[in-house]
Formats: sequence, structure tokens, C-alpha cells
Amino acid sequence: MPDERKICLSGSGLTRVFGFGRQKTVAVDHVDFNFYEGELVSIVGESGSGKTTLAKMLLGLISITEGDIYFQGKKRDIRTHKKKKEYWKSVQAIFQDPYSSYNIFNKIDAVLLDCINMRGGRKLPCEKKVELMAEACGFVNLKFEELTNKYPFELSGGQMQRLMIARIFLLNPKILLADEPTSMIDACSRATILDMLMQLRKEIGMTVVFITHDIGLAYYVSDSVYIMEHGKFVESGSADEVILHPKEAYTQRLISDVPKIYEEWDLSTV
Amino acid sequence: MSRVMLEVKDLTTKYITRFQEDVYAVDHVSLKVEEGKTLGISGESGCGKSTLALSLMGYYFAPLHYMSGEIIIDGRNISGMDPDDVRKSILGTEISYIPQSAMNALNPTQKIIHFIEDVIQAHDPYQTKKEIDELATGCCDVLGLPAEVLQKYPVELSGGMKQRTVIAVSVILFPKVLIADEPTSALDVTSQKMVIKMLRNLMEKGYIKSMIFITHELPLLYNVTDDIMVMYAGQIVEKGTAKEAVFDPLHPYSKGLMGSIIVPEKGLRDVKLTAIPGVPPNLKKPPAGCQFAERCKFVRPECKAASVPLRDVGYGRAYRCILSEKELRDAYLREAKKDA
Repeated sequence: MPDERKICLSGSGLTRVFGFGRQKTVAVDHVDFNFYEGELVSIVGESGSGKTTLAKMLLGLISITEGDIYFQGKKRDIRTHKKKKEYWKSVQAIFQDPYSSYNIFNKIDAVLLDCINMRGGRKLPCEKKVELMAEACGFVNLKFEELTNKYPFELSGGQMQRLMIARIFLLNPKILLADEPTSMIDACSRATILDMLMQLRKEIGMTVVFITHDIGLAYYVSDSVYIMEHGKFVESGSADEVILHPKEAYTQRLISDVPKIYEEWDLSTV
Repeated sequence: MSRVMLEVKDLTTKYITRFQEDVYAVDHVSLKVEEGKTLGISGESGCGKSTLALSLMGYYFAPLHYMSGEIIIDGRNISGMDPDDVRKSILGTEISYIPQSAMNALNPTQKIIHFIEDVIQAHDPYQTKKEIDELATGCCDVLGLPAEVLQKYPVELSGGMKQRTVIAVSVILFPKVLIADEPTSALDVTSQKMVIKMLRNLMEKGYIKSMIFITHELPLLYNVTDDIMVMYAGQIVEKGTAKEAVFDPLHPYSKGLMGSIIVPEKGLRDVKLTAIPGVPPNLKKPPAGCQFAERCKFVRPECKAASVPLRDVGYGRAYRCILSEKELRDAYLREAKKDA
């Protein structure tokens, strides 16, 4: 059956090597993938499996050793800074640590204003900009009036992460890379953040690449899942298929190691 | 009935901030841990889990202050003792602690064996090196660590190994109570399972008599512990066995907490995660009535009038709400019907 969905982002033989000679480490090793438009993809792996390196390559933050990335059918071109900025208009990211994601010298309205300017709203009248910012804050249940004169470090972790989502709301990207967005937050606020992310995805119809080590979370949010081990994708497919009926031994082990509440958690297999 | 290893009666401790404001981080907490049992403590960040752990150890260094209540470890009352005395005679031998960030707990310039020597000699200066070596090797064996680890520096070990080394240091003096404060939050699932298995082993081999396990990860807590206590804003809001607390929570807060569990099992995608709206109260100015009233779905005017006592249901179960057991269950049923 030919696939009718449009491919948004794809890679072939993507490789990244750190160091050389005896200290050579292959962080990402010849991975191929197709992310379809509007899909929510999870990349799951243990620490040190190369998830974040892959994310950085997709964002264009680090160079690619070998292989190509295709963005919307064309080969991605980010050789100059101008082109890179153009690329970042359609590909955006949320990172793990909300505390280090902001410029500490910028107040929150400056952070949001930057987003509006980046989307080409530089010439808009002031009232319109304020309205947009208030709308974005309202979307994530923050009060814009309380935030305007604050610095990012005056917010709590959960609030910061929500502000990050407000940024994405203003930027309106095609692809969102979420690198462990909820790992620093406790279980209760996690549900709130996830809800908002899902709602935002529905609203602007973006592709989300969700990078996580939490298999339960990946199963809950995603349409398809890629399992990563030592820089390679060992298994991929729809979430139900991969998580509930894993084929590879590595995936099976990974899933059996997660504490569960309805099934027995077998401690003897370590 | 087995021996009670740790008993706490109405413990209250407070922080005094820079501006001389009182923050009651542990508010009239009572608990009991029997020999061979594991007690789990859960709650969202900032609810006083870690402060409770420090208070149980008698670790009262400013800005933490002891107010009232009793801590009895195996028949010995340690409440109100000078923190320096506690450090010499209680810590390590009676009650011990696994810190949250094991990565920073080890001295990078010291070999592991020297660290263990220091710990043992602080309590018993007459033990010979050979005895210490035997003790340490035996402990490493139970924890599944190779004996070479003892001759290494912390930087040479992986995260999971470091965590297990810290556990070895904590249990080397055979404590009666071990407090594990988020011991696995920085580890991946495989190392986490390993650490949990080793803690079980230690309990079986008699290195530790009982354990208090603190984490906000509920599926883990359910698998590790016998009893669970849920804390909110410094108070205990729910107490029960692991099964009761996870599958049949009574307090609206624990109900919300259980609604946010994510496990990779069949049926997860059909349920909708429930988030509790709002934020915990500011403990500098705590509300007069129920601490949870602001965020509660089933709030009534009486809730905000006077503080709510912990209501004992019997058979070890308790919860802090003015509604009766039946009223709460009915409310949850109605809620579930509305969602469907």
C-alpha cells in the first residue's frame, strides 16, 4: 500500500562521530527515518543512546558527519546563518531544563516579543503585539499582567515550561522537537504540560518529535515510536505495536524493566 | 506483632526564613515502621518529603528547627537531642540516609575504601583495617559490586555503580532504619531495577531492618513498598497499604495523583490523564482550613473554616477530609460517570 501521508522530515544514513582515532565515539550511527506531517513521533532510549545528539543534528546546532536530512522533500540547506534562521522559523525546540533555556537578562515580555518579531510581526502596532502575547499566555493558563515585569528565574519550573509552550504558540512552527520536556517536573504538573502540548499540536497541526526515556510517556502521547540503542534505531513502528508487542530483545528488556501497576514487576531478570 | 523500628508521634518542624517567617514544612506527622517493612512517602515537589527525612534523622541545622513531637527509634527517644550528638551516636548505626544526588555525595579526591574507613572509624576508632576491608567487601558482594570498586575513585564509576556505592556506605553500619530519598531519580530503568533489587537483598540479608522510601514516582512506589503515605503541604493526607493507596485512594488529592500515573500497559491510551489545577498553598501564609481546599473539586464552605483532622478509618487507614468515606466514593463515581 503506498503511503499517502506527506513526509515532513526525513534522514538517510545520518551519522555523527565525536573525536577521532582511538577516542572515536559514534554517537549516532547511520539512522534512517521518515517523520510524516502532523504525526507525533517518539524517540525512546536509555541515557547515552544518542537521542539528544540526534535532536541537535535535526535542529542544525551541530554538524553532520555523514548522511543527509530532507526537509519537506528538499535537501536541507543551512550553510549560511541567514538560511539557518529561515530553517528555525519552521523547526523549533523545547529542552529538558527550563532554567537554562532562557536568556537570564531578558524579561519575559522581551522573550515573547522576540517570538513575534521572528514571525515577521515587527511592524505590528504595539496593542496588537500585547494582545498576541496575552493570548499566548492565556493559552497556557498564565496571567500576562503578572509576568511582564519579571525575569525568567522568578518563575517556578512548571511555569517556565509552560511559558516555553507559549513561545511555541507564538512561533507556530512546522516541526517541534521536544527533548525530555517533562523530566524535571513532578508527575502531577506533567499531566498539565502534556495536555497543553497536545492541545497546541491540534491547534496548529504541527509535527512533534518527542524525545524521552520514559516508555510509558512515549506510549501515552505518540503515534509511532522509534527505539534507540547505542546510536541505532533497533525497532520502529506504531506505538501499540512496539510497546505492547515488542519484537527485539532490547525493547522487550527495556519494557520489562519499567515498574508497572497491573502486571507483576519481575525483579529476577536483572 | 513484630517489633516497631521507628515510631514518630506528632512531629512538627519548621524553617525560619531570612525574614523571620515561619514555614511549617512538617506539620503533625505521625508514622510507624515495623521490622522488615517498607514505608513509602509520596507527594509533589515541595510538599515536605525531604524535610521529613531530615527531621527523622534529627538533622536540625539552621534554618530547620525542631518544634514538637517524638521520634523513637527501636525504643530510644532521640527527639530534642543536640544535632552534633545525633551525628555521633545515631546517624549510620540507628538511622541512615541515601541522598537524592549520589553523584555529588562522594568525595572525588578519595578512594571509596578510604571513604568507608572514615565512616566506620568515626563510630568505632578501634576497628582494624582488615576488619573494615572484610566488612566492605561483604557489603559490596550483596550489592553486586566487584571488590575492585573499593580501590577506585568516584570518577571511574558509572552512575548506577556510584548510586550502589553510596548505598553501601549508608548500610555499612547495619542501621535499623534506612531512609532512601529518591535513590533512583537520576538513573535509567535498568539501573533503577538493579538498585531496587539490591535494596531488597539488603533487607533479606539483615543489613537493614526497615526502610522508608521517598519518591514521587507512583508505579515504582507501588512495587517497592508495603504501606504508602501521601503528603501535601507538610501534612499527611492519606495513609494505607500500597494497594489501597494506588487503586482505592480516598483523599481528593491522592485521587488526582493516582490519575496522573503513566505506565506502558494496555489501556493507558484510553484513559485521560487528570491534572490537578492550581498550585500548592504558600506555607508562609497557610490557609485557615483544609490546605487542599483551593484546588479541590468537591470543596464545601466548611472546608475553609477550620483545619481538618486526620480521620482514622481503622485497619491502618486514614485520610484528611471532612467528607465521609461513602460521600467521597459517591463523588468519585459521579465524576467518572460525567467523564464517560
